[in-house]
Amino acid sequence: MTDYNFAYLDEQTKRMIRRAILKGLAIPGYQVPFASREMPMPYGWGTGGVQVSAAVLTPEDTFKVIDQGADDTTNAVSIRSFFERTAGVETTTDTSAASVIQTRHRIPEEPLKEDQILVYQVPIPEPLRFLEPRESETRKMHSLEEYGLMHVKLYEDISRHGHIATSYAYPVKVEGRYVMDPSPIPKFDNPKLGDMAAIQLFGAGREQRIYALPPYTQVVSLDFEDHPFEASKADQVCGLCGAEDSYLDEVIIDDAGGRLFCCSDTDYCLGRRNAGHQGSSLPGNEVAA
Amino acid sequence: MTPLLSVHGITKHYGTHIGCADVSFDLYPGEVMGIVGESGSGKSTLLNCMAGHLAPDAGAVVFDTRTDGPKDTVTMSEPERRMLGRTDWAFVHQHARDGLRMGVSAGGNVGERLMAVGERHYGDIRNRATDWLDRVEIDAGRVDDRPTTFSGGMQQRLQIARNLVTGPRLVFMDEPTGGLDVSVQARLLDLLRGLVRDMGLSAIIVTHDLAVVRLLADRLMVMKSGRVVEAGLTDQVLDDPQHAYSQLLVSSVLQV
Repeated sequence: MTDYNFAYLDEQTKRMIRRAILKGLAIPGYQVPFASREMPMPYGWGTGGVQVSAAVLTPEDTFKVIDQGADDTTNAVSIRSFFERTAGVETTTDTSAASVIQTRHRIPEEPLKEDQILVYQVPIPEPLRFLEPRESETRKMHSLEEYGLMHVKLYEDISRHGHIATSYAYPVKVEGRYVMDPSPIPKFDNPKLGDMAAIQLFGAGREQRIYALPPYTQVVSLDFEDHPFEASKADQVCGLCGAEDSYLDEVIIDDAGGRLFCCSDTDYCLGRRNAGHQGSSLPGNEVAA
Repeated sequence: MTPLLSVHGITKHYGTHIGCADVSFDLYPGEVMGIVGESGSGKSTLLNCMAGHLAPDAGAVVFDTRTDGPKDTVTMSEPERRMLGRTDWAFVHQHARDGLRMGVSAGGNVGERLMAVGERHYGDIRNRATDWLDRVEIDAGRVDDRPTTFSGGMQQRLQIARNLVTGPRLVFMDEPTGGLDVSVQARLLDLLRGLVRDMGLSAIIVTHDLAVVRLLADRLMVMKSGRVVEAGLTDQVLDDPQHAYSQLLVSSVLQV
């Protein structure tokens, strides 16, 4: 163990954050202001998520961090080792074995369970921000449920691109009341937000906001009657594990324009390969593309 | 007949300065009221108090709502007042930039009020937006262009379309022709007059341009130092002004 208090933050700070989390859970989708602390990492690297994780972690927890679905990228590795050092908790890359999962921009493919907590890192918690720059005005719009402006954004999408081109951070309405930014997850993940068994917590460090979705909350993606919401993904299968139902990353693999589509959720992909599934891009399985 | 808008003793102070003092009048359905006066005479303060943008220090603004009949908009709850602001009321700003979303296409600007009252069918919203662009003489082909690419006159007409799309019953206008050249002004006035007559709108127009009220307004109020100094039928006030200030105002107009 180190000289740090458990999970880096002092107990008073964690208490303050837990109060914000409880309030957020009581009012699903409502952005609760909290006194965000300086963390030993730059803003934009998940300071909000780290603070929320620190507040909910207990010594018995098993912790997992994913960044765009992957367990092995810089952000995920450094946050995982941060909590290994400051909290001494078990860490894992196995989704089903984790009790707290901090995520940047993805929801794991594997359905989460009731004893799990999913913590999102949120850069800009205000879904109306790019349409209405005044914070005083957006707060008033939330409190009076004036969400016509959100549809103006979708209208603009359709008029410019012929379809709703917003593909990530797709706005949702929670329990028929608050419009919420689900953090920049791909809209492929939007249907998983609603009716999820796990607790979902959202932390925005720079913007000093926490919001939450309790288990089994109704979450509806906004759309038009004649342009319904559609969860989209690349029209390919994973080159490594052959999965057809998972969200895919496109990876450039050489200078000749060669590319590989593979699961963005590395744990899901590995699990499938260990179970014997093989994709067409694995050595020995290559087919002429 | 119930007045559409009934204003009783509206008073607004800015510290020790008087914004406007003890203004009262009734506006009946289909009527256009002009408010004229020099800069700083309290015209815009009065308009903003009536439209709910400013809270008056004293007085009542009673509006004949569709559902509950006459209701004081000063004491009604803010959600109710804001709902009025996007359904039965319209507000045309002097500078089109204040009333438009410059980063949003013309169609989106017109459609915003429709979406704000719950319209959720893209095709319908777009058709109504195109229809309204046509009514304010903007080419339907520019529906996807941003207002930044429009001329000043077009922006002002777009602002009018955006305000009238939900079929309001009362329009507040703050110097709608300010900053436009005379030929564009004439076309805009022509358009406004047509729309007001066709839709049976009531309107309150604040301006310092006497020609505008001569063309549009049925009745006229002359304000000076925050107080109404003369009120009456437009032609009566303009052709036979009684108060010294009204006489000065009328005689100051340049004859070409």
